[in-house]
Amino acid sequence: MSAMINHVTDDSFAAAVEQATGLVLVDFWAEWCGPCRAIAPILEDLAKSNEGRVQIAKLDVDANQRTGMRFNVRSIPTLLFFKDGKLVDSVIGLTQKTALQERINKHAAHAA
Amino acid sequence: MSKLDLIIVGGGPAGLCAAMYAGRGMLNAVLLERGIPGGELLNTEKIEDYPGFESILGQDLAARMTEHAKKFGADIRMENVEGIWKQPDGGFKVTTSNGETYHAPTVIITAGGTPTKLGVSGEAEYAGKGVSYCAVCDGAFFKGETIAVIGGGDAAVEEADYLTRYAAKVYLIHRRHEFRASKVVQERALSNPKIEVIWNKKVLDLTGEVIGLKTVNLEDTVTGERSALSVTGCFVFIGFTPNSGLVRDHVAHDATGYLVTDDRMMTSIPGLFAAGDLRVQLTRQVTTAVGDATTAAIAVEKYLTDLKTGVRA
Repeated sequence: MSAMINHVTDDSFAAAVEQATGLVLVDFWAEWCGPCRAIAPILEDLAKSNEGRVQIAKLDVDANQRTGMRFNVRSIPTLLFFKDGKLVDSVIGLTQKTALQERINKHAAHAA
Repeated sequence: MSKLDLIIVGGGPAGLCAAMYAGRGMLNAVLLERGIPGGELLNTEKIEDYPGFESILGQDLAARMTEHAKKFGADIRMENVEGIWKQPDGGFKVTTSNGETYHAPTVIITAGGTPTKLGVSGEAEYAGKGVSYCAVCDGAFFKGETIAVIGGGDAAVEEADYLTRYAAKVYLIHRRHEFRASKVVQERALSNPKIEVIWNKKVLDLTGEVIGLKTVNLEDTVTGERSALSVTGCFVFIGFTPNSGLVRDHVAHDATGYLVTDDRMMTSIPGLFAAGDLRVQLTRQVTTAVGDATTAAIAVEKYLTDLKTGVRA
């Protein structure tokens, strides 16, 4: 697993995401979820190629159920975009890299 | 990349089996899959009708098929195919959303289908926020809640039963007064105290709030009477639409878009073969998908030999 991806939990979510500045993309995932495994390498690539523009975090919904419930995550992978701690966008399901890059560009353009 | 003999479009059981045979036949083949290989196996909890495996998790069978194909040299790439185009030289061009282009004299399309949508307002809005097409993927997010399942075939009735593991109550809504599902599947669901069957109702629309789905609005197919059910989830299993639209040239298909093939799995376009769920056939099982794919891969070998020797099959 890439060091560029920050693994967050129910306990660390507020500090790592909601009190962070700039753009944070949180991937809600689980071990048993096929599309989540498919999107993982895409997110690792995006973390590398967008260093400094977006922070990518992952939250395991099996081990951390409270955060998913708070944001009403009903399907995984769900990717939530937070800008300066505020939820600004979401992408649900396996999504191609180019489409995700466009979302990052859209939100990162105004950040930092 | 050296010159390809074969492009396989789709990495479900049919695609993986075709890749395995292509590898054994020493063909230079590439398999293009938009996600991770496994196809419908990944949307199924347990497979209990694949010979040699009395019961195996869908994802485990997918992993085994993938390893098996790779053992014989399958080149599996994560690519979302956008189109398959016939070329003037008789071969094919396959384009992907990453901007890649692949060329080969033969293609086996094993792209399966996509769940059919209800086509009602609110469906897209609440997709992933209550609306789902996969019980195994999303069921666990509805623990202790009241949900609806739409449909009357094997998938709907079976998944309604599966979803009672998580949901407190499941309304199984069907627009007719009887199910198409097999008897054994029906009996299991009908005797499940958490399932309430609602006959003769169709979905008018889905409504909710920013946070997610709240209500399924129904209309009686006999009386026209309208009603509403409060649910946080709506699982839709009303069939599959074959992904045959990837073929950008005219190809023979039936009224619902399934591709017509000959007994070698070749479509009406020479060199384009089809296998698995998107082919016109009586039943769509893992076993039939791998059977189709075996025939298709071997037919491809013969087709390529005939091309080289100038004989057309």
